[in-house]
Amino acid sequence: MDWINAIIQGALLGGLYALFAAGLSLIFGVMRLVNIAHGDLIVLSAYVALTTSVGLGLNPLLALVIVVPVMAAFGYALQRLILNRTMGDDLLPPLLVTFGLSVIIQNALLMGYSADPQKLQAGPIETASVSLGPITLGVMPVLVFAVAVAVIAGLQWMFYRTALGRAFRATSDRQDIAQLMGLNRAHVFGLAMALSLAVTALAGVFLGIRTSFDPAAGASRLIFGFEAVIIGGLGNLWGTLGGGVILGIAQTLGAKINPGYQILAGHLVFLLILAIRPRGLFPRMDG
Amino acid sequence: MPDPILSIHGLDAHYGDFQALYGVDLAVERGQVLAVIGANGAGKTTLMRSISGLLRNAPDAVRWQGRPIGALRADQIAALGIALVPEGRLLFPSLSVEENLIIGGQLGRKGPWSLTRIYDLFPILKERRNVPATALSGGQQQMVAIGRALMSNPELLMMDEISLGLAPVIIKSIYEALPGIVGEGLSAIVVEQDIAKALSVSSHVTCLQEGRVSLTGGSGELSRDAISKAYFGV
Repeated sequence: MDWINAIIQGALLGGLYALFAAGLSLIFGVMRLVNIAHGDLIVLSAYVALTTSVGLGLNPLLALVIVVPVMAAFGYALQRLILNRTMGDDLLPPLLVTFGLSVIIQNALLMGYSADPQKLQAGPIETASVSLGPITLGVMPVLVFAVAVAVIAGLQWMFYRTALGRAFRATSDRQDIAQLMGLNRAHVFGLAMALSLAVTALAGVFLGIRTSFDPAAGASRLIFGFEAVIIGGLGNLWGTLGGGVILGIAQTLGAKINPGYQILAGHLVFLLILAIRPRGLFPRMDG
Repeated sequence: MPDPILSIHGLDAHYGDFQALYGVDLAVERGQVLAVIGANGAGKTTLMRSISGLLRNAPDAVRWQGRPIGALRADQIAALGIALVPEGRLLFPSLSVEENLIIGGQLGRKGPWSLTRIYDLFPILKERRNVPATALSGGQQQMVAIGRALMSNPELLMMDEISLGLAPVIIKSIYEALPGIVGEGLSAIVVEQDIAKALSVSSHVTCLQEGRVSLTGGSGELSRDAISKAYFGV
């Protein structure tokens, strides 16, 4: 029963990883931008939530009402003012700029908040749980997983059923021809980054409620996000959720064998899947 | 004579250090169909890219209803009512046939063209509207590309080599649809390598040779000799 419990907890943890990954997947899909600063943006969101919740005396979950739009606006500005200047046929310049951004965010957080670990205090909901027979589920992990499913479903719907999603797909296909249709590429990219950072804001707040974080915590979140995307298959949003769940289960099972193996087990499963299915488990059928 | 809807004056176009157009002059009047002919590499596609804003130029080189537009972005030019059917069709592979058409109309310009009318013009597209656009045959893809451009209800429609790579019978059916398209005050520029096709649909013709205008005149008035001299430069 312990093992089943570990698998279920791991699957729920996978919801958080899927949230790390969804924003990454979204901007790679729309503009082929590999955002090295993604993990640091998750941590930045957690700090924005910390300041908002402490400053206004809000529960961090309520602070999302402020953090999500703030991060989305930041994403739009970041894309329009900085990243768009580096976009072109070459993938390298934007990648390097996001690497620089990662360094800047880490050091700015260090200056502003010091290196002390911080945590978001969400109150009794953090320890609340429900029992299903022998299995006990934390309310927060279930909530995070439900939000992850809702976010993935929402992004999927947006991509395939709305004018914005059509614009994203068209721009992703052929940037110059999309421009001929009257879509301003710079604006479309700005919207994609805004949406990506809105999801990142959710991920950052849930991360900050789950564990403590410090300015250097972004790098491992970036890796978990990348691993979830690659396991699931590039360009497949539901695959990203599946990838997150697989990664989460691998980590909790690893921790069950030996607490020191948690992270290692996740990486090993990732490498195994990469070796067997280089395009991920659920690659997109077309293209 | 009325003012031209589009006038190009002294247009130089470059790709990096390479100059593709040298002082091109050209005018299109409202309701007119202008054919642009020329051999491979004469600069026809560069001219289309320059007008549509995919290639940006000196502001004054291209004027739209008197307004300088040479330096505008492609999306700004599309909003003015200039649509391009690009060479090689270049549909959006991730979008269905219908989505390709809808995105062509996403600027929301008012006019006679709608999904219904595109489907009336090319009924086969209605049958296949939920198929990915690139799963269609070449001729059907060309119909989508034309429909996508029309969906923006343009005042000027530019078609770049729409017969390239298509079977003659398909080319014939697409060209037969043209009078129904340009009949309503719509101006058009038709780029063609096939001189006979170009002359048959146009009222005026401009020939490019190595980036320069080598001949211009009424489609019915130019002699074969003059055209082949302007076309091949011999």
